[in-house]
Amino acid sequence: MRDRGLIYSGLAIFLALVTFPAWHNLSAGVTAKGPNVRLPASEKQCVAPAEYMRTSHMTLLMNWRDEVVRAGGRDYTAPDGKRYVMSLTPTCLEQCHGTKAEFCDRCHNYAAVSPACWNCHLDSRPVLRSAR
Amino acid sequence: MTLSRKAFLRVTGLSFLAVAARKAAGAITGKRWAMAIDVAKCLKQDNCTKCIAACNAAHNVPSIPDRSHEVRWIWKDSFEHALQSQVDEYSPLRAAPVMVLCNHCENPPCVRVCPTQATWKRDDGIVDMDWHRCIGCRYCMAACPYGSRSFNWMDPRPYIHDPDPAFPTRTKGVVEKCTFCPERLAVGRPPACVEACPEKALVFGNLSDPQSPIRELLAARRHVRRKPELGTGPDIFYMV
Amino acid sequence: MFMLEKAIAGSRRYWLWICGLALVIGIGLACYLHQLQNGLVITGLSRDVTWGLYIAQFTFLVGVAASAVMVVLPYYLHNFKAFARMTIFGEFLAISAVIMCMCFIFVDMGQPTRVLNVLLYPTPHSLMFWDMISLGGYLLLNAVIALVTLRAEREAVAPPRWIKPVIVLSIPWAVSIHTVTAFLYSGLPGRPLWLSAILAPRFLASAFASGPALLILLSLLTSKLTRFSPGREAIQKLAVIVTYAMVISVFFVLMEFFTAFYSGIPEHTESLRYMFVGLDGHARLAPWMWLSMILAALSLVLLLIPRYRHNEKWLALACAMVFLSLWIDKGIGLIVAGFVPSPLGAVTEYTPTLPESLISLAIWAAGSLILTVLYKVALSVREEPSLSPAPISKAEVLA
Repeated sequence: MRDRGLIYSGLAIFLALVTFPAWHNLSAGVTAKGPNVRLPASEKQCVAPAEYMRTSHMTLLMNWRDEVVRAGGRDYTAPDGKRYVMSLTPTCLEQCHGTKAEFCDRCHNYAAVSPACWNCHLDSRPVLRSAR
Repeated sequence: MTLSRKAFLRVTGLSFLAVAARKAAGAITGKRWAMAIDVAKCLKQDNCTKCIAACNAAHNVPSIPDRSHEVRWIWKDSFEHALQSQVDEYSPLRAAPVMVLCNHCENPPCVRVCPTQATWKRDDGIVDMDWHRCIGCRYCMAACPYGSRSFNWMDPRPYIHDPDPAFPTRTKGVVEKCTFCPERLAVGRPPACVEACPEKALVFGNLSDPQSPIRELLAARRHVRRKPELGTGPDIFYMV
Repeated sequence: MFMLEKAIAGSRRYWLWICGLALVIGIGLACYLHQLQNGLVITGLSRDVTWGLYIAQFTFLVGVAASAVMVVLPYYLHNFKAFARMTIFGEFLAISAVIMCMCFIFVDMGQPTRVLNVLLYPTPHSLMFWDMISLGGYLLLNAVIALVTLRAEREAVAPPRWIKPVIVLSIPWAVSIHTVTAFLYSGLPGRPLWLSAILAPRFLASAFASGPALLILLSLLTSKLTRFSPGREAIQKLAVIVTYAMVISVFFVLMEFFTAFYSGIPEHTESLRYMFVGLDGHARLAPWMWLSMILAALSLVLLLIPRYRHNEKWLALACAMVFLSLWIDKGIGLIVAGFVPSPLGAVTEYTPTLPESLISLAIWAAGSLILTVLYKVALSVREEPSLSPAPISKAEVLA
């Protein structure tokens, strides 16, 4: 086999490339630990059960969006009877979850999703003030 | 159970009456938001732009220096430009500045042409905008006979100096315009421009209510609208 | 199935052309990515002139796409045998033109990722909705017709019977795509230049002049580059069609002038004055419009005099002038001038920027590439001696 050297080195390079995600993560100290979400200090109950929010918060937000924008609605009554104003920044962020970086981004960065919402919807007041 | 012809006719007739009565009743309690602008009152304060500032602040309207890419919800233009068909060269008001904004027409051409219903006429008369749905085709801008609409040619955020997080900004690639502040109407407040005017030159109200202040004003004062001959039915009345 | 393998076998000159087109497309693509990143601010459009080069190209190309009917109708409805070898080229031109139209609409959109909203939220009262339906349908129709008839020709059999009603459908459909496009403009109460009943007839007349003119040029080109020619009779007949259509198109334009200037209504005259002499000192469009008129007049001289029309060199010149004249009229003048003056009386001029022009050029290149590939397929099928017999007649299609 004349090309032994070439073949073995090619194989080695291929194996290195194909296992890149594994050894790169190991060397960078990245772990499989989940996102470190900072829960709100004051409120303990979200606008819907936590399990539902974990799986389907986009569905809830889309429903809120259609209610507010297209049907002219404004008030939402949670399953536990509490009433909220359907609004992303004033209610979700400023009332409970703080800032985008503290809450939304934690899971979104981990899951590598970037929802287009933030192209228009603003972060909460403290972030805007510090950005100025 | 078989219905006799007499009974059938009676039931049908009563049903029609009921629907008609409900429609008539709805017409009285229904809403048709409109605005009357007192041109003379507006002129009392020189170079006043409080309504523009209030609207821009409340809605994060960007201030873009390049005039060709400006975003305007409410602004000033000359009487001659805004109401071309109502002036002649001898009119004293020719050069006077008037406030110009979306007319929230009764028969809006922009709504007619929008391919996604991103702009539509609400039951209360407001021609609203859905910035989630707009595809940025700008057909509504071509259709509007009044030049009321603006497009976000670029990302507006760098041009918003004091953003208010209670209202979203828009993103590049969508059309925007005055929406008669439905978010303020929902909590019983008048539109931002109306509230900000120091001379109370902007009167906002419900045309469907004969007792409303705007109806009384329109009955008492001579008023004109922009390009009424086009059949759009604009709901901004200029009192001259 | 699509016989695309025929497009991979070609001469050096063929591949140079393909590579040149690919280069132009690549540059345009880079500019489009720049536009996606920064928004439509990279174009010359403004708050007053909201539609420009992109939409104007779309408007012009819908006409070119519709013009396939000028070849299909005489052949399939009136058995005009001379067009037998021409129809496939008309249909392929239509396919290429419709794809270009869709590309131009796409690059003009502010939020292109949301384009499917037009189908997700159908809006029958919007002409743009119907434009999307009619363009999509026309593309599908022509693709099916061209594919089926070309395949049948290659295998030396008559096309299946069901293709006949499809072909007949494409005739009113072709008229409808350009009528719908005209309706985009002619129903807007705020744009007096476009608010004219004659706009749709104008669009159709100029379409039936510019499309066949291009088809003639392409036929002359293919006869120079390959062994194939659709035949002198076909080209001459198309030339007659171009002549009639151009005469009618110019006549319609003159009608607009009469109504505007004899009535004297400012709304009607202002945009026309802007186009030809300028308004408030702004006259950027005027040289273009005068060029368009001069080209139209010269082309008519050449087309109306049989000695020149019968001479293929003069005919080629006349067709190029027709195409250029109508491209300026529809592809630059009409759309931009509709926005001048603005609803508040302002005169804002428009000049496309370099990135905007490069993106437009890239789409033209993409259309040319599609046209080249499709024509190569058709010509290769025709040039295969054993498999391509005499052209199929209407009787065989019906049998």
